[in-house]
Amino acid sequence: METLEQIKARAEAAVPGAILGILLNSSPSAQHSLVVDNEHALAVAGFLRDDPQLRLDYLSNATGVDWLDREVKESNITRQVVDGVERDIEVTSVRVVPGYLEAVYHLYSMELRHGPVILRLRTGNRSDLVQIPSLTPLWRGAEFQEREIYDLYGIQFTGHPDLRRILMWDGFEDHPMRKDYVDPDDFEYEPTPHDEVLERAARHYPTTK
Amino acid sequence: MTPDHAHQKAGGGGEGTLPQAWGGPSYELRSSPEGDGGLLEISMGPQHPSTHGVFRMDVVLDGERVVKLKPVFGYLHRNHEKIGEGTTYLGSMPYTDRLDYFCSLTNNWAYALAVEKLAGLEAPERAQYIRVITAELTRLQNHACLGGFLLQDMGASGTPLMYAFREREKILDLFESLTGARMMCNYMRFGGCRCDLPPGWLEQARTVVAEFPKFLDEFESLLNGNEILMSRTQGVGVLPRDLAINASITGPVLRASGVNYDIRKAEPYGIYDRFQFRVPLGDHGDVYDRYMMRVLEMRESIKILEQAMAAIPGGPIMDPKAKIRGFRPKAGEAYGRIEGPKGELGFYLISDGSPNPCRYRVRPPSFINLTVLEDMCLGHHVADVVVILGSVDIVLGEVDR
Amino acid sequence: MDEQLRHELGRQGIFVTTLEELYNWGRKNSLWPLGFGLACCAIEMIATSMARFDLARFGAEVFRPSPRQADLMIVAGTVTKKMAPQVVRLYNQMAEPKYVIAMGACAISGGPFKQGYNVLKGIDRYLPVDVHIPGCPPRPEALLDAFMALQQKIAQQSLTGEHRPRHLRADVPGEFPVPVFGAHDLQPPSNPQVWSAPQMRRGEGA
Repeated sequence: METLEQIKARAEAAVPGAILGILLNSSPSAQHSLVVDNEHALAVAGFLRDDPQLRLDYLSNATGVDWLDREVKESNITRQVVDGVERDIEVTSVRVVPGYLEAVYHLYSMELRHGPVILRLRTGNRSDLVQIPSLTPLWRGAEFQEREIYDLYGIQFTGHPDLRRILMWDGFEDHPMRKDYVDPDDFEYEPTPHDEVLERAARHYPTTK
Repeated sequence: MTPDHAHQKAGGGGEGTLPQAWGGPSYELRSSPEGDGGLLEISMGPQHPSTHGVFRMDVVLDGERVVKLKPVFGYLHRNHEKIGEGTTYLGSMPYTDRLDYFCSLTNNWAYALAVEKLAGLEAPERAQYIRVITAELTRLQNHACLGGFLLQDMGASGTPLMYAFREREKILDLFESLTGARMMCNYMRFGGCRCDLPPGWLEQARTVVAEFPKFLDEFESLLNGNEILMSRTQGVGVLPRDLAINASITGPVLRASGVNYDIRKAEPYGIYDRFQFRVPLGDHGDVYDRYMMRVLEMRESIKILEQAMAAIPGGPIMDPKAKIRGFRPKAGEAYGRIEGPKGELGFYLISDGSPNPCRYRVRPPSFINLTVLEDMCLGHHVADVVVILGSVDIVLGEVDR
Repeated sequence: MDEQLRHELGRQGIFVTTLEELYNWGRKNSLWPLGFGLACCAIEMIATSMARFDLARFGAEVFRPSPRQADLMIVAGTVTKKMAPQVVRLYNQMAEPKYVIAMGACAISGGPFKQGYNVLKGIDRYLPVDVHIPGCPPRPEALLDAFMALQQKIAQQSLTGEHRPRHLRADVPGEFPVPVFGAHDLQPPSNPQVWSAPQMRRGEGA
């Protein structure tokens, strides 16, 4: 199979205006992925599926990932004059990188027996800009998996034929796989509690000390 | 007593506890609110003798014909992925046993493979052979039980299932003497296996494998040409080849539709490239082909087992680089997949350098194989729905996770 | 009745029993379980009913698909919150006298999946359980043991008096309220009639 750089170059040539990024993976698996902008995602995915050299006709795995807001500490060493003496002063600033939700697709080719090519689609943030295009019109195999992502992560797939909750019940009001999901308080005392369990127990039974 | 109650007492023999959505007595044919004549909506499951667990289908019938079918999931959603993200890498291994609870050893292997890709570990030779042997034994007992359950769904009450379970018990005894548990083996580790084969195990396994073809001959002569089996399955639930590929169907269901894609051949993991075996393919993509796929795959598994048990070398069973305590893979991600008995079982892991995975995802084959359930069932009778579902081979622990 | 006398009469070919014993003997040897599997334990339940372990020896091989025909519910597997209302509903549809075996760690307490957001922490939050079997999954022998324990329990039930079983008391209901799905959890999260949270006492017994 071609390298990811070649695929990226050809996809950008085939879909005008598409902006693709390569996300390198430093682990020994060396499975790098393509980050696609939402506007051209469907066209790029269509190119990957139909291109005769790639023929990625099989969408194996689709999943969501939740990236929380992250604090990045940056320290800069600057030369300043303090009390008339020039010194190196380390200035640390904390920058908040906004979090986002991500849908990851693993594509393989059954015909040419190669893969995977990993596609990543990202939402604008974790609260209101959570729409990304659905790939179900191209691969039916994404249908239930995207419904699951919607259920557990809250990503809205535009163009999905039947976007309903799939695992939780219909009146459920949360997306439980998100990292900041708060479990329902149905805790029960255990005879050998750990610290975390004890804390939850104290919250659950406020009357006892 | 409310008028509603009085009606139910008169009609349905005191069905006071039925959910309201089911409406009145079920024998009454009601037209739907849209007014499309004699359509009847029934809910099969979550408690239904045929659905292999707590699976539910909302079926709309026109007479006896299925015109719409929507699967409803989640009755066994026990938060495997969330728990996996809250525990260490090794801590998830016993949970993988409970995904597809027929095939704990292949689940172990898929997870170990994904972590090995993530951390750059490699199981030594002997461990690779043990993995192949246990995985193929798992495939044998899974496929045998599937045959039994499928026939049970067709009304062959007891006999084929009892034959299958008789064989399964022999294989479970092997698992028990190797791993200590009948079903929840929790056997593989990242970079190897937990313990070596006990003395005499291989001889016992050889006897079981040598006797298995006799069971298969008996099973096949009982069933393959059986008139009821053929008329209930041939031409029923046909899955076209292109739809199967597009809908990400994997495993024997895919191969029954004639697609030559077996991960053991297409992307050999472990040491599968050393063994001589064939990949059976179907022509029609119907329930009968899916049943035959399983029978033929059992024959191929026996070939693999014989080769593996003849060639198994001595040596260590763990990668010396593997660390049990303080296991923290470098930041990165990996997707590892194997050909499980039900299809492609994959694990997708994202590490952020901490002892717990940042994202832990299972690609469940039987869940995704259900995508085409409606397409296969449309136009068939209700009784065929049961058989078609049985031929997909689902296990709810994996479907809902 | 005096045991000695009964034994003596038995040797003479005269068998004496009470109606209560006869009634309980019949009931305990014809338990009809509901064919109802939830998760992994269901496979061991099926294995128990197969040739090797042969549940038929205990008169309980007749797995009924319909709750109307069953008098024993084996809660075999993890009860999720999405499934719990259906389990209670099935129990309500069973005819009295009816019994519940909680098979496996999940049915008892949530087991390994206890921390899950969708997992009910034990079916005894909603239903009265007669026999608990620990194990994950319990071996078929353990299920057989539970059957024998239940048979003993039935054999010892007295049909009159203060402690007569529920199905002979008009004032005790045989049906339990079905929980409904809420926004985050089941409503109510447990049935106070059958279950109350264990009291937490810090510094004791831990």
